[in-house]
Amino acid sequence: MEPVLKIREDLARRIQSHGVETYPHECCGALLGRDAENSREVLDLLPLENRRNDSPRNRFEVTPEDVRLAENTARAKQLDLIGWYHSHPDAPARPSEFDREHAWPWYSYIIVSIQARAPRDTRSWRLRDDRSAYDPEAIETAARSVGS
Amino acid sequence: MAVKVIIPTPLRAYAGKQESVELQAATVGEALSALTSRFGELKKHLYADDGRLRSFVNVYVNDEDIRYLQKDQTRVREGDTISIVPSIAGGS
Repeated sequence: MEPVLKIREDLARRIQSHGVETYPHECCGALLGRDAENSREVLDLLPLENRRNDSPRNRFEVTPEDVRLAENTARAKQLDLIGWYHSHPDAPARPSEFDREHAWPWYSYIIVSIQARAPRDTRSWRLRDDRSAYDPEAIETAARSVGS
Repeated sequence: MAVKVIIPTPLRAYAGKQESVELQAATVGEALSALTSRFGELKKHLYADDGRLRSFVNVYVNDEDIRYLQKDQTRVREGDTISIVPSIAGGS
């Protein structure tokens, strides 16, 4: 069964706005939330700076220091670090080969496609256990958090 | 030397769902080798096909990045904590 990632509409819009703000560069950030056996929900975001100054139009990087910051921020909010988001300026919301080589399973990877400064589609992906490919993760948006 | 290796959340499924593992090792390389011998499924997520740590996988002894110490030859002491922290990278 395809996994599902729940996210409130306002948080989904914030990811899109971040992608528009940094266009034509890629944006990135952490997804904080809760992971249970059959449900995973984003409850907060931590927007981060794209550290790839050499090629920010088609690459992003979150340093290990920022990853630790995201882990600590999640812990302080009694949440888990459940994944990451980034934008693909003028490219589809599909993971690239470069994305696949630099990923771990379990995390949810949200990609928002920004075309000519406007958000197009937003999709979420999870890397397979054998690292061979990503599988889509359905995004379920709601006006209110399921947990609230 | 008994050291503790903290397993990052995404990789716990490949390490018996444990948050940390205690191992006997004299260097970071020995500790990671003992870890991946015990939990074979972890290996492909930490190491590339050429046997080197994947470029986005960073290893710390206590709070020191081993890249700035002696890399996998970094010696560990009784009670040290080894952390595995990814950098997140990608792009179109």
